[in-house]
Amino acid sequence: MELKIKIAVFFLCALPGPFLLAQEDLLSLLGQQGEQQTDYATASFKTNRVVNLHSLESTASGVFDFKISHRFGFLNGGVYEFFGLDNASIRIGGDFGVSDRLTVGVGRNSYDKAYDGFVKYKFLRQSTGKRNMPLTGAVLASCAINTVKWANPDRINYFSSRLNYLFQLILGRKFSESLTLQLSPTLVHRNLVRTRQEKNDVFALGGAGRIKLTRRIAVNAEYIYVLPGQLAPGYRNSISIGFDVETGGHVFQLHFTNSTSMVGHGYVAETVGDWLKGGVHFGFNISRVFTVRRRLKK
Amino acid sequence: MKKILCLFSVIVALSFATQTWGQKYFTRDGQITFTSETPMEKIEAVNQKATSVLDAASGQVEFAVLIKGFQFEKALMQEHFNENYMESTKFPKATFKGQITDMDLVDLTKDGVYPITVKGDLMIHGVTNPVVADGKLEVKNGAIHARSSFNLSPEEYGIKIPAVVRDNIAQSLKVEVAVNYELLTNGS
Repeated sequence: MELKIKIAVFFLCALPGPFLLAQEDLLSLLGQQGEQQTDYATASFKTNRVVNLHSLESTASGVFDFKISHRFGFLNGGVYEFFGLDNASIRIGGDFGVSDRLTVGVGRNSYDKAYDGFVKYKFLRQSTGKRNMPLTGAVLASCAINTVKWANPDRINYFSSRLNYLFQLILGRKFSESLTLQLSPTLVHRNLVRTRQEKNDVFALGGAGRIKLTRRIAVNAEYIYVLPGQLAPGYRNSISIGFDVETGGHVFQLHFTNSTSMVGHGYVAETVGDWLKGGVHFGFNISRVFTVRRRLKK
Repeated sequence: MKKILCLFSVIVALSFATQTWGQKYFTRDGQITFTSETPMEKIEAVNQKATSVLDAASGQVEFAVLIKGFQFEKALMQEHFNENYMESTKFPKATFKGQITDMDLVDLTKDGVYPITVKGDLMIHGVTNPVVADGKLEVKNGAIHARSSFNLSPEEYGIKIPAVVRDNIAQSLKVEVAVNYELLTNGS
């Protein structure tokens, strides 16, 4: 009798087991999906530039990003210069994503009639999930060739005097959907400088950030602090603030900056505008991307 | 006697347990494709990392897919898909929980192609809607290959499409699902 009760109790307990099991979340049997895949932070900035500084973003693999940038004259030119709009410094260039990590780019500037080129490599990608990485990191090397006619054609001029370089480490993090911050320790090397007071090697620390206001508009700001004792008086740190407006395939970057040049050594070491005295340029970068190499694999 | 009873109950319990495990199938690399076709533009995206579990006994089936895992031809499209439309940081997953309503007609021990109907709740962008889709289960040497396709409208899932791109994105998207199920064992 006792045994029968025990058997009956056992079956009563055991039988519903499988049915209960069948009702639980089936996918939980596979464990957490998020842990098996790596989720990379994307769209930390709308494009690969903040204003003048390179952002931590790179151009996507197989994409050509055509860029036209303008910096109008200084606002303090007043009505006579139509607040700077009478003059413009222009850069026309293009960046290409060789891979999702490697970007190369070239450009032509009206300032110094300079040709520039850069190579940028993303060595760290911020991610969560299977691979956890708090930061995105990139290295940037760029070179610019000044092609203005020699100021003193009578003396011996070397081609190497036309060359200027910039080396930069970019470390940043997308803290939230709206906030991204980055630091850009920078070394500028100029083969030829104007005066003895200016150093050929200039060390600087750039900082930049963006706050997304809506899905398609963000505000960007950047500041480049040049360590003291490297530049002649009259040169200033570059400060820029602007808006990114994204429409389909274009990103319009509208900004105010006290830097005239759009090439690395120029905006780091040759900025003369004084924000407090209206030494500010209105300017824009327009970025239009073209997919050269399609990426969908089936 | 008590010991024998104990042993007996353990054996019975274990056999029940293994039996239920044996009736479940899973995948971690299911393929989900969606296509939007308008006269202006054809947009296609593929995700090959869909996870799914199928309970062969009850016909219950579940899917989960990470929105960021959808690959587009154009990188910018993929960025806009995640940033502007799906808000994939806020809603990282799409899930489906449902039932193969005619599972009793499928004989997993016999090779063949069985037409099925799947009914359930599809959650995308934080919005859940009921979905009914026709599909096929193909049984071959004990393996199960399942495929299905259905249409859905982005509006039903609270995905706003601005007027400027209204002509580029279809009102009704075609979703295709293709899955090779493996037997779920304890080690899976």
